[in-house]
Amino acid sequence: MPTTNPWVDLDALRHEIDRTFQTFWSDRGPQHWRVAFLPGQGARQYPLVNLSEDEGNLYVEALAPGVDPQSLEVSVLQGTLTIKGEKPGLAQVTADAYHRNERAAGRFTRTIELPVQVDAGKVQADYRNGLLLVTIAKSDAAKPKQIQVNVVG
Amino acid sequence: MPEKTVPSVQAETPARREETRAQERYITPPVDIFETKDGLTVIADFPGVEQHALDVRVVDGVLTLQGKTTHIAPGTPIVQEYELLNFYRQFELPEAVDADRISAELKHGILALHLPKKEKAKPRQIAVKVS
Repeated sequence: MPTTNPWVDLDALRHEIDRTFQTFWSDRGPQHWRVAFLPGQGARQYPLVNLSEDEGNLYVEALAPGVDPQSLEVSVLQGTLTIKGEKPGLAQVTADAYHRNERAAGRFTRTIELPVQVDAGKVQADYRNGLLLVTIAKSDAAKPKQIQVNVVG
Repeated sequence: MPEKTVPSVQAETPARREETRAQERYITPPVDIFETKDGLTVIADFPGVEQHALDVRVVDGVLTLQGKTTHIAPGTPIVQEYELLNFYRQFELPEAVDADRISAELKHGILALHLPKKEKAKPRQIAVKVS
């Protein structure tokens, strides 16, 4: 989870690189590759997400064009959000020629850590124009409290 | 099919005024293009583009796909992994495509275009009669 502090980000990046090389060069072979071919998992992060917030809610916007809305599963568990789904490939097409083939397809799953405490009971997910918007209510403990200043004397 | 991913710069006029800052950054949408004997099918990812913000046109045998994107998440950003810029891509169409009968459909952020071939470009089987 990137933060606003660049040094923390750099440190996290260094750890991630270390971890990648450790698994890559371990005795049991490149585990990194194995993960990449497991169904529903991948080394690549998909979908990409943007996080934003206001006073009462946390918003997660995921870039997921062409995903079958029936296959989308959104769940919140102990401060993590998991998005699962499937982007169907081209239907059975018997084409004479393919001029471009750039779009990827397949099943995906992604879990992100939420930066604040949330109320898992108040989650709403909307899919619109290929963007998934998940609205999660913050828990009361995470909401800012206005404190009245008393003027004394 | 030759293509362009950035709009061409307008020809210079003799008296050129200073232009105001415009949005000049574009994303190239990924596409699939395949051909059958009836025509070509173009499928492109256009996430975050409303139907009215999408511009598909054919001018002088050049197909232009253009879309303005809108974020749907309110609030102040915390983490941004992607940025939605406007989409732009151009393809030069083969002569066999019948530009008048092109149909387009936008669903779940996916643009599907069907470009039928002209009648005479289709292979026609001629039955041979034996007399």
